[in-house]
Amino acid sequence: MSKPTPVLEARGLIKRYGHVTALDGADFEVMPGEIMAIIGDNGAGKSTLIKALSGALIPDEGEILVNGNPVVFHSPIDARHYGIETVYQDLAVAPALNIVENMFLGREIRRPGVLGSVFRMLDKKRMLTEATEYMSDLQFRIQSMQQAVETLSGGQRQGVAVARAAAFAEHVVIMDEPTAALGVKESGMVLDLIRKIRDRGLPIILISHNMPHVFELADRIHIQRLGRRIAVIHPKDYRMSEAVAIMTGARDVHEEDKQAI
Amino acid sequence: MTTTSAPAKPRFSLVSILATPTVGPFIALVLASILFASQSDRFLSASNFSLIVQQVMVVGTLAIGQTLVILTAGIDLSNGMIMAFSQILMAKVFMDNAVPAPLAILLGFIAAMAFGAANGLLVTRLKLPPFIVTLGMFNIAFALTRIYTTTTIRMTDSPWHVFFGRTFTVGGDGGTKFTYGSVLMVLLFFIAWFVLRETAIGRRVYAIGDNPEATRLAGINTQRLLVGVYMVAGLFYGIAGLLLISRTGVADPQAGQNANLESITAVVLGGTSLFGGRGNILGTLLGALIVGIFRNGLTLMGVDSIYQWLITGVLVILAVAVDQVTQRRAK
Repeated sequence: MSKPTPVLEARGLIKRYGHVTALDGADFEVMPGEIMAIIGDNGAGKSTLIKALSGALIPDEGEILVNGNPVVFHSPIDARHYGIETVYQDLAVAPALNIVENMFLGREIRRPGVLGSVFRMLDKKRMLTEATEYMSDLQFRIQSMQQAVETLSGGQRQGVAVARAAAFAEHVVIMDEPTAALGVKESGMVLDLIRKIRDRGLPIILISHNMPHVFELADRIHIQRLGRRIAVIHPKDYRMSEAVAIMTGARDVHEEDKQAI
Repeated sequence: MTTTSAPAKPRFSLVSILATPTVGPFIALVLASILFASQSDRFLSASNFSLIVQQVMVVGTLAIGQTLVILTAGIDLSNGMIMAFSQILMAKVFMDNAVPAPLAILLGFIAAMAFGAANGLLVTRLKLPPFIVTLGMFNIAFALTRIYTTTTIRMTDSPWHVFFGRTFTVGGDGGTKFTYGSVLMVLLFFIAWFVLRETAIGRRVYAIGDNPEATRLAGINTQRLLVGVYMVAGLFYGIAGLLLISRTGVADPQAGQNANLESITAVVLGGTSLFGGRGNILGTLLGALIVGIFRNGLTLMGVDSIYQWLITGVLVILAVAVDQVTQRRAK
C-alpha cells in the first residue's frame, strides 16, 4: 500500500540566524483531513518552521511541497495562492469593521456588470449571504453578521479569524496558538470550530503550548526539538507527560516514537 | 443554527446616541442654528446659507483629503501649504510662462499630488510618524511658495481660474445665488462618500487605520494604499487651491497658514476618530458647516471675532473628548 501524498510537506529545512541554527534539517508533513499538532520547547524552532510553511520567512535550504509539487514562498501572499491560510494568535481582525467586511477583507466581491467594473461597487448582499451561509454551516453562533467585530467577545473574534481562514483555504489552515489569548469557555468554542473545520475535510496544522488542547484535538503530534522533527506520535498511544518528556529531552527517543511518521 | 442577519438590537442610551458619529455634531448644528435664528432675521435666509457654503468650500475641500488621511490613523499638517503652493503654481505658470490655463491648473494639481506622494513615501518607506513628516512638509511647501513668489497675483482675467467663483441663480429672478465652487465641493464630498462606503478601496482605507497588521496579513499592499491615500488627499488640496483662487480672485502666497488646523477641526467635529478607522466623510461636511455657521452666526450677532476662535476651540476639545470616551467604552 503506497502512502498518500501529504497536502503540505517540508524536507530538510535549514534556517540560520547568524550563529543560531533555528531549523537544522527539519522535516514536516500533514496528510489530507487530519489535525497535525506541532509541539516543542521554546527555541525548538516551532515558530521558525511555521513561518517557513506560511511564507513569512524563506528557509536557507530544504524544500516545501504542496500536494507533492515543490513550491517557493516569498511571502504569506504566495502561500495563500497555494491555498494555505494562517490564523495568527494576536487576533488579526479589524475591530471597527463588521464580520462580513473582515471575512472578505482583501478578497472583496464586486457587483456584476458596469456597477462593478466601472464604479467598483461592492456586492455587499452577496458577501453577506456567503458569509452567513458559511458561518451557519460551522454553527457559529452570532447575533448579526453586520455587527462590528469589536462588539464580539475575544473567542468570537478569534472564531471570525478561524472561519475566514477556513473559508478561503483550499489546502491547509495553519493555526498559531489560536487559544493563547482566550479564557477556558472561549477556548472551548474555538476548539469546537477547529474540529468542525477538520470534519469538513480541511487539514489543520495546530501550534499550541496547551497540552490538553493538543491531545484533545490532534490526530497526530509532531514533536520538534533542537530544530528538527524528533518524533511523530498518535496522542492515543501516549500520555501527556511522555510527550513532554520527549519534547524536553528527558526521555530518549525510541524507534516506536517515530512510527507515526 | 442561530446565525441570523438581523441587525443588532440598538441600545438607546444617551451616551450611545451621542457617541454615534455625526449625531452629536448634528445636534450641535441644530441648537446653534436655533440660537442664531432667534438672534438675527438674516441668519435663516437662503442667501446667507449660500454665503456660508461659499465660505466653507475651501476648508471643506481640504477637509476631504484630511479625512482620508485621518481614517488611516495619520494626520496631515501640510495641507494648507500644499494648497498654497499649488495655487501659486497654477497662477504663475499661466501669467509668467504663458502656459494655457487648463494645463496650468493641471500642473497645480500634479504638484499637489507630488507633495502628497512625498508625504506617503516618507510615512511608509522610512516609517516616520505622519505628524512629523507633514509638519516638515508644511515648512518645505511654505518655503517653496515664498521662494517662488512673495507677491499676490490677480487672476480675475483668467476665466478658467475663477470659473468656480461664478454664480448661478436658483428660484428665478431675485432667487438665491450659488457659486459653482459650492456645488463642486458638495459633489466631491459625495464622490468620496461613495468610494469610502461602496468600494473595496474605501473599506481598506478604514481597515488600514483600524488594524494595519491585520490588513497587511489579509494580503493587502498597505504601503501602496497609504501612498495612494496621501496622493489623492494632495489632489483634493490642489482642487482647494483652485477654489481659493476662484473665491478671492487672486493667488496669494500667504494663503492657507491656518488651514491645517481648520480642516482638522472640521474632521474632528464631524465625528471621525483621530485614532483612525472610524468616521464618516459626510460628518466632515457637517463639521465644516458647523464652523462656518458659528462664525457666520456670531458675526451676524455682532460678536467680536475673537470669540469665534474661543468657541471653535471649545467645540474641538468637546468633540475629541466624546471620541476618547467612546473609544474607551469600545475597549
